[in-house]
Amino acid sequence: MAKKKFVVGCFDDENVLFPAIKRVRLAGYKIHDVYTPFPVHGLDHAIGLRETSLHTAGFIYGITGTSIALGGMGWIFTSDWPLNIGGKPHFPLPAFIPITFETTVLLSAVGMVLTFCYLCQLAPFIKKHHFHLRATDDLFVMVIEATSKTNINDLQDFLKNAGAIEISVQDVEAGWWIGRYDRDQKLIKEEDIQVVI
Amino acid sequence: MLKYESQLREPLIDGNKTYHDVTEDICKPIEVKPGKLWYVGFFISVAFLLFGIYSVYREVVYGIGQWNVNHTVGWGWDITNFVWWVGIGHAGTLISAILLLFRQTFRNGVNRAAEAMTIFAVMCAGQFPIWHMGRVWLAFFTLPYPNTRGPVWPNFASPLMWDVFAISTYFTVSLLFWYTGLLPDFATVRDRARTKLRKLLYGIAAFGWSGSTKHWQRHESLSLVLAGLATPLVLSVHTIVSFDFATSVIPGWHTTIFPPYFVAGAIFSGFAMVQTLLLITRKVLGLESYITIGHIEAMNKVIVLTGSIVGCAYLTELFMAFYSQNQYENYAFFYSRANFFSPYGWAYYSMMFCNVVSPQIFWFRKMRRNLWVTMFISIVVNVGMWFERFVIIVTSLFRDYLPSSWPVYYSPTIWEVGFYLGTFGLFFTCYFLFSKYFPVIATAEIKSILKISGESYKNNMNSLEAEPVEEFALETVH
Repeated sequence: MAKKKFVVGCFDDENVLFPAIKRVRLAGYKIHDVYTPFPVHGLDHAIGLRETSLHTAGFIYGITGTSIALGGMGWIFTSDWPLNIGGKPHFPLPAFIPITFETTVLLSAVGMVLTFCYLCQLAPFIKKHHFHLRATDDLFVMVIEATSKTNINDLQDFLKNAGAIEISVQDVEAGWWIGRYDRDQKLIKEEDIQVVI
Repeated sequence: MLKYESQLREPLIDGNKTYHDVTEDICKPIEVKPGKLWYVGFFISVAFLLFGIYSVYREVVYGIGQWNVNHTVGWGWDITNFVWWVGIGHAGTLISAILLLFRQTFRNGVNRAAEAMTIFAVMCAGQFPIWHMGRVWLAFFTLPYPNTRGPVWPNFASPLMWDVFAISTYFTVSLLFWYTGLLPDFATVRDRARTKLRKLLYGIAAFGWSGSTKHWQRHESLSLVLAGLATPLVLSVHTIVSFDFATSVIPGWHTTIFPPYFVAGAIFSGFAMVQTLLLITRKVLGLESYITIGHIEAMNKVIVLTGSIVGCAYLTELFMAFYSQNQYENYAFFYSRANFFSPYGWAYYSMMFCNVVSPQIFWFRKMRRNLWVTMFISIVVNVGMWFERFVIIVTSLFRDYLPSSWPVYYSPTIWEVGFYLGTFGLFFTCYFLFSKYFPVIATAEIKSILKISGESYKNNMNSLEAEPVEEFALETVH
C-alpha cells in the first residue's frame, strides 16, 4: 500500500481538543483519526462518525443461538432419538429454557467479539503504525491527512494556535500488516517518552 | 465539561494525579522485579497446586474410592467445593457487568482484578464435577454432537446438563469480556516497553490496538452489550447450579427459594473473596490511591446486604419446613440441621454465625472502613459460605429414607482435602501471575473518570456548584 503524508497534532487536555476539532473541521481539513488513551465521550460525534451497529450484529448472533438450541434439542428429542424420560413430553419447553438461554448468550458474545476484532483489525501479530506512542498513555493525537492541496506549514501553525503541544509531519503507511512490535517499533530508552516515527 | 459529579461523593482516585501518573502507577508492578513476598507466595501456591495434582492423580488411577464419598453421601466435599468456587466467581461479573449497567463508577478501580478472580474461580470450580465423574476420560460424553454411539445424546432436560452449558458459557463470556477490556491496557504497556521481549509479548497480546476513536466507539458498544448479556447470565448460572438441588426430591433441597438464595449467597461470598484479594493487592502493589477506603466501604455494604438476604433465606427455609408439616422436611431441617446435638449441627451453627451474625458488624461505618475488620470478616464469610454448601449437601444426604444405609459419619480423606487445597494452589498461582504480568487496574477506565472523580479535580466542580441550574444546563453542558 502507498504511503501517505499526515500532520499529527498532540493535545494533552480534552477540553482543548474539542474546540480544536471544531476549528479543524470548519477550516476544511480532513481528520484521518483521533487516537486517545481512553474513550472520550462525544468525540465520535465531534469528528463526524456515525453510530456503530455492532449491537445489531450481536442481536442477530443471539437469535441464531436461540434457533440453533431450540431447533436442535427439539429435533433430537422428537425425531432423531426420542427417549421416554419418566413419561414426560418429548418437547418439554420449560426444561429447554436454560440451555436455549445459555446458547443465545454464548453465540451473541462470541460473535460480537469476533466481529469487533474483524472490524477494528485486531488480532495477534497485527502491526499498525502508531502516530505517537503516548496516545495510549496521556496524549490525544489528532491525525490530519495532507492532500496535494494542503499547505503543511499553514496547517502546523493552525494546530499550534488550536493548542497542540507537539506537532509532527509523518510520511507513513496507515493500514495494518503482519508484523512484530519489537522489530518495527523503537524501545524507549530515556525516562521521558519520545516520539517514534 | 463532560460530566458533573456532586461534591458530596467521595473521590474515587486519591491524590493529585495526571493521566501519565495513572499509567506510571498501574504499569510499575509489571515493569519492576517482584518483591520477595511475591516469590514466597507464588511458590507456596505452586506447591499446593502440585499436591492437588497428585491428589487428583490418585483419584483417577485408583478410583473414586480414594474419597470418602459413598452411599448415602454421594456428593460430599467435591460438590461443596464446586458450588463454593462458582459462587466466588459471581462477584467479578456483578462488579464488571451489573455495576456497569447501573453506572456505578466505583467499579472502575476494582473490576479488572475481580474479573480475573471470576475466571480463576470458575476454572477451579470446573475441576470438581469433571473429576467427580470417576471415569474422567469419558467426560466428552456430555458434549452434544452426532456420535457413533447411537447417537446417544445427553439429556437436555437434566439440570446437570444445564450446568455444563451454564458453566462453560459463563467461563467463555467472562474471558471475552475481560480480555477485550485488557486490550487497551496491554497496548499501554506495549508502547512504553523498555525491553525487546516485553515489546514482543505485549505487542502480540494487545492485538495491535491503536486507540482510534472508531475503535473506542465500538469497544464501548461491545462492553455495554456484553454487560447486558453477562447480567442475566450471571443470575442464570447460579440459578442453574441451585437447580441441581432444587429440582430433586431430597428433603432440604426441594425448595423453590433456592435460586434467589443461591444467587445472593454467591454474590456475598464473591465480594468477600474480592475484599481478601484486593486488601492484599492494593497494599503490596501500592495502589491505595485507586482502590480507596471508599471502594472497600462500598463493597462492605454489598456484603452486609447480601448477608442479610442469605440470613432471611435461612429463616424462611426453617419456617417453610415447619409450615409444610411434612415429616421428612421437618427431619431434615429440625433434626439434621438446626439441632446442635445432631452429627452436623456444629456445621449448621458455624454457617449461621459466619454468614448471618458476623457481617452485621458492617452496619457501623467505622467498621466498614477498618481494613483489619474487613479482612477478618471477609475470611469468616468465605468459611461460612463453604459451610453453607456443606450443610446443604451433607445434612440432606447423610440420612436417607432407609436407616440401614445411614453412614456413621462422613468426613473427607486426605486426597479429598488435597484436591480442594490444589484448587487453592491453582487459583493463587493464576492470581500471582496476573498481578505480576497484567495491569491490575483498568487503566483506561480510571483515566476516563479521573477528571470527574479524582480528588484534585473535584475542586473544579465548585464553580459549577455555584451556578444556577438553568445556566448549568444551557451554558456549561454541551
